[in-house]
Amino acid sequence: MFDDLRDLYQEVILDHGRKPRNFRRLEDADRTARGDNPMCGDRMELFLKLRPDGAIEDVAFQGRGCAISMASASLMTETVKGKSPAEAHILGDRFRNLAMTGACPDCGASLEEEMERLQPLSGVHEFPSRVKCATLAWHTLNAALDGSGKEATSE
Amino acid sequence: MNAPVQPGFDVERIRADFPVLAQQHRGRPLVFLDSGASAQKPRQVIQAMVRSMEERYANVHRGAYRLSEAATADYEAARAAVARFINAADPREVIFTTNSTAAINLVAHSWGRGVMQPGQAVLVSEMEHHANLVPWHMLRDDNRGIELRICRVTDAGELDLEDFEAKLADGKVGLVAVTHMSNVLGTVTPAERIVAMAHARGAKVLLDGSQAAVHRRVDMQALGADFYAFTGHKLYGPTGIGVLWARLEHQERMPPFLGGGDMIASVTLEGSTWAEPPAKFEAGTPPIVEAVGLHAAIDYVSAIGMPALEAHEHTLVDHAMRRLSDVAGLTLLGRAQDRGGVFSFALDNAHPHDLATLLDRAGIAVRAGRHCAEPLHARFGLEGGTCRASFGLYTTLGEIDYLAEALTKAREFFS
Repeated sequence: MFDDLRDLYQEVILDHGRKPRNFRRLEDADRTARGDNPMCGDRMELFLKLRPDGAIEDVAFQGRGCAISMASASLMTETVKGKSPAEAHILGDRFRNLAMTGACPDCGASLEEEMERLQPLSGVHEFPSRVKCATLAWHTLNAALDGSGKEATSE
Repeated sequence: MNAPVQPGFDVERIRADFPVLAQQHRGRPLVFLDSGASAQKPRQVIQAMVRSMEERYANVHRGAYRLSEAATADYEAARAAVARFINAADPREVIFTTNSTAAINLVAHSWGRGVMQPGQAVLVSEMEHHANLVPWHMLRDDNRGIELRICRVTDAGELDLEDFEAKLADGKVGLVAVTHMSNVLGTVTPAERIVAMAHARGAKVLLDGSQAAVHRRVDMQALGADFYAFTGHKLYGPTGIGVLWARLEHQERMPPFLGGGDMIASVTLEGSTWAEPPAKFEAGTPPIVEAVGLHAAIDYVSAIGMPALEAHEHTLVDHAMRRLSDVAGLTLLGRAQDRGGVFSFALDNAHPHDLATLLDRAGIAVRAGRHCAEPLHARFGLEGGTCRASFGLYTTLGEIDYLAEALTKAREFFS
C-alpha cells in the first residue's frame, strides 16, 4: 500500500527520526534558538557552541516532531558541526532549495559531501505540506547564528 | 464496499450526489474522512448557488426592482429554512454570520462587552475548539473585570459535571459557552442538562453546535439555550455563511457588533439608530449566494431526514469503534458514552503527520495536528497531536474497514 513512499521515508530518515543524533541540551551553549511550527505542533530548541573564530564547535537539539522534522534536525547537526556561519548559511539555502524543488543546481560548487548527506530529504519536495517539517531545523539554525532571539518558524 | 447501511438509507445514491467523491486518487477512490473540518457539497447545493447567480442575483434589502426583490426573498427564505431546521420559535432569532467563529465572536463582543458586568465570569470547558476559547481569552484580557473559568473533562472525554456545578456554584458565571459536540473527541455533551444547571445559577448558555448541528437533530425550543452557533460549510453547504441563533429578548439588549449599511434605522452625520433584530447584527452586504446554498443544504439533509442520518452515523460509529479498537498500537482519544462520528487517534510508532502522509497516499484524507484544540491535546498528553477521521452522510462501512487496514499497514511501514 505504501511502497512508493520509501522515497520519502528512506531508511536513513526513519533511523534518524527514531534515534536522532545530537539530541540533548548543551549546558554551556553560546547560542540557543527555538523553532516552532504551531499549526502542526513541531517544536525544537537548538544549542550552539562556537569556537573563538565563530565556527560551530558543537551543536545539539531537543524537541518533538514528525520523523521528517526530527531526521532533518539530526542530519543538520551532523552536517554543520565544524562549519563556519557562512558555510552553514550556504548549506541552509541549498537545503531549502533541495526540499522545495528536489534539485540543487549549485550543489557541485562546494560542500558537495555535506549536501550528499542531506540528499535523502529531497523526496519531501513532492509533499508540499511537509516541506516545512524538513526546513524548521534550518530556520532555527539561522535564528541561533544571527542571535536575534526570535523564535523561528517555517510555516 | 458501499452497501446501504440502513434500510431506506441508500448511501450509494447519496454518494452519487457529491461530484468530488467520483475522484480517483492515484488510481484509488477518494476516501474523504475530514468532513468534521469541512464537508463536501452535493450537486443540489452547487446548482442552487449557480442558479442564484445566473438568474436571481442582486443585492438584498435595497433595490426596488425585480432582481433585488427575488434575491431578498431567497435570502429571507433561507433564514426561514434555518429556523425550521433548528425549530426556532421565530425566524428573527436567526442571525446570519460568516461562520461559527464569527457567531461566537458576535456573542463575545455584543453580550460579553455590552451586557455582562464586571465581576461576572464566562465558563467554558477543556474540550473547546479555539473558536470557543480564544474570544473568551480576549474578553477576559480586555480589562472589564470578567473572569474566565474552565470546566474539566474526564478521562473518558466527557464534561465533568461535578466540576461544572462547582464552577457555577457562586452564581458569578454570567455565561456558559460550551461545545454541543467535541470536534476532537466526538463527545456529545448533555446540552439540556447543561442549560438546566446553568439557568439554575443564573447563567446564560451559548452552545457551539458546529459539529452537533451536522450530526443530530437540534431543537432550539427543546434545548432551551440562549445562543447557538453553527456553520454552513460543515453542513454540506458553502463556506462563508454561519448562523447565530439568539433569543429575541437577548438581541434587544445587545449592542451591535459591526457597524455599517443594512444594520441601521436612520443615520445622520452625528449618529445613527439601529435596525430591529436580526438586521442589527448583519452589517454590510450579507452572504446572499451562500444563504441560498445553505438553504439547499438544509433541504438536502432534511429530505434524507435527520433520524436517518443519525441512524447511519450510529452504525458508522459502532463499526469504527470496533474496527479501530482492533488496530494494534492505536490509541483512541475519548470514550464518551454519547458520541458522534469523529475519531481522533495516535499510532504508537508514527507521528500524526507522518501517518497522515501515508494515509493520503492510500487515498484517505484525514486531518493531522491538534484540530484547533491545543489545550485538549495537552490534557490527554498528546502535545504532538493526533490524526482525526470524521464522517459524513456519504461515509461507508467499507471506508472505515479500509482506514483500519491502512492503519495496520502504516504501523508495519514504520516498524
